[in-house]
Amino acid sequence: MRVGLFVPCYIDQLYPRVGFATLRVLEGCGLDVEFPSAQTCCGQPVANAGFPREARPVAERFLEVFEPYDAIVAPSGSCVATVRHHYRDWLGPSEALTRTATRTYELCEFLTDVVDILDTSGLTGCFPHRVGLHHACHGLRELRMATGSERVVPTEQHHDKARRLLDSIEGLELCDLTRPDECCGFGGSFAIKEEAVSVRMGLDRIEDHEHAGAEIITSLDASCLMHLNGLLRRRKNGPRVMHIAEILASVQETA
Amino acid sequence: MTHARHAAEFVAHTERARWHDDALWYVREKRDTAARRIPEWEPLREAAAAIKRHTVAHLADHLERFEQNAQRLGAHVHWARDAEEHNEIVLELLRERDVRRVVKSKSMLTEECQLNPHLERHGIEVTDTDLGERIVQFRSEPPSHIIFPAIHLKRGEIGQLFHEKLGTEPGLEDPTRLTQAARAHLRNKFLEADAGLTGANFAIAETGGLVIVTNEGNADLGTSIPPLHIASLGIEKIIPRSADLGVFLRLLARSATGQAMSVYTSHFHGPRPDGELHIVLVDNGRTQLRADETLRDALSCIRCGACLNTCPVFRRSGGYSYQTPVPGPIGSVLSPSRDPEAHASLPHACSLCGSCSDVCPVKIPLHHQLLAWRGRLTEIAPRSRLERLAYAGFARSLLNVRRFRALAGLGRWFLRRLPRGILYHRANAWGRQRELPEIPKQSFRDAYAAGEHRERR
Repeated sequence: MRVGLFVPCYIDQLYPRVGFATLRVLEGCGLDVEFPSAQTCCGQPVANAGFPREARPVAERFLEVFEPYDAIVAPSGSCVATVRHHYRDWLGPSEALTRTATRTYELCEFLTDVVDILDTSGLTGCFPHRVGLHHACHGLRELRMATGSERVVPTEQHHDKARRLLDSIEGLELCDLTRPDECCGFGGSFAIKEEAVSVRMGLDRIEDHEHAGAEIITSLDASCLMHLNGLLRRRKNGPRVMHIAEILASVQETA
Repeated sequence: MTHARHAAEFVAHTERARWHDDALWYVREKRDTAARRIPEWEPLREAAAAIKRHTVAHLADHLERFEQNAQRLGAHVHWARDAEEHNEIVLELLRERDVRRVVKSKSMLTEECQLNPHLERHGIEVTDTDLGERIVQFRSEPPSHIIFPAIHLKRGEIGQLFHEKLGTEPGLEDPTRLTQAARAHLRNKFLEADAGLTGANFAIAETGGLVIVTNEGNADLGTSIPPLHIASLGIEKIIPRSADLGVFLRLLARSATGQAMSVYTSHFHGPRPDGELHIVLVDNGRTQLRADETLRDALSCIRCGACLNTCPVFRRSGGYSYQTPVPGPIGSVLSPSRDPEAHASLPHACSLCGSCSDVCPVKIPLHHQLLAWRGRLTEIAPRSRLERLAYAGFARSLLNVRRFRALAGLGRWFLRRLPRGILYHRANAWGRQRELPEIPKQSFRDAYAAGEHRERR
């Protein structure tokens, strides 16, 4: 399987270590991974700010760049949701779109649904920390990577792909939050346009993780963590943040 | 003024904002518990959405059937194109019968039409009989929430208000005793009224009947004492059959307050033997919304308020920050279709978390509709030229990897070197209460190209 590594624009520019962690995790599974260097961005920041027309050629370009790959994997639920669910609104349906959209995965989704890492190589290393899992909204409610608290699903059918991975790690203790899937308030341009509410939402999320005793807040999306970490660093204390790919990579290294 | 400005004022009162958030989250949790008692909750939502979609698709047929059946039962049916026509029809009905005092139960439609001020300008006394609505009416405020009109007020504030308006003892905060005072006051209003105004939750095409749910029984008393009952409803309140009612009633109260059923579910099939029933069916932009494929589903709304309670932005910004009769996610979808420029900030008062769409009992894709509005408003409502240029430029840079790399590299270079005083200038909304991320020397793509990855291996 030829895997195309999709590194969202802000991860490329601001969090290269998250990109490398993703690469290491995928290669640790014995996969042949390439970073197509022509990639830039999926177009989400442009469209969500209210400029879908300007985002259209960006989406077309994305489809071209990733056309040759059997699977496209990104360390972001939000960017994957854009390709899988929103490109159709911008571009209209096409065979090329379906082909790419159905083969684009968020990292944890890929590890559980495609590679089935827990049944094959497994996550054998350890990570002796108390971790709070922040459910990034688009992974949760667009990609359905976990059962959202709003939905009424029989308990035996509840699922949570990221939590399943983290739960399997020796030494890692997951914290129980009072509001397990409330938004952190990042929301792209929302963080700027609605600064006051965005900040309040972020502080409330941090407080929930702190009360639960989290040493580390992790998430599928580095954007949520950028927002939370911005608040934490201003305050100069509190939990650390780590992208889930960084935890998985560090576990693989200790194996 | 934008939503963000109002919201910033609300959230600045940290204690109140937190308490407002907690109060509504409590309702959201009650809703979760109530919904989980119904194993077929998700299929029930599907059924409700399908019934509404069908009804809206065949709206004219169902409306005509409703009119015929309602007339057969002895009700008078009026049609209003917009808010003005609605208000005129109601005023005319009241004037013809020399009505001086009316009691009104909760109706978001009459808020939308601004009926109260219209009637008051013509010398008619309107008393809102829902307790929460009476409280905000005493304060000359609109409701701040469609289910809990006075949710923004604390017990102590209501005690003070009742002391001023109803003469209760100063410092009284006990909810039961405050409610008793309101009850005594309202009882007189009911007895004095010449007409009862209501909304309606459902209008059944098959029977011509109306269904109104309340927890206080105020719609029942308001229509039982005075001889004239005027019910105002939007044309989307129609459901085809009596059998459909069960689907909606099972969803409505659970979604709204976490109750299995509202306390009163009252059916009005024609007028009382000695009374008159007038039904005013109002369009006011609904036909236009129906023609819009992306937004049409918003007509399925049963006004349960669940999207308000779950919305992390609504909970922290309060109903008034929206400046619309219906606030929250559904209000942010509906209001721009009335006046795009005035409400252009509302689709941006959303982090696109999607909780509203999952909590909605009739499965309105609210957060996708809000996203769609953002794109449309860019075309029809003014955006700052700087913002337009910035996003167009950003999008263009994404089309050419060399340009993207150069521009992003330049950006990082500046961010690493600019002094804090400039970087954290007032205009940097990100940096007001947050640190910017620590900027790496090298991007992923540059480090990857330089072989950092291979070296590590």
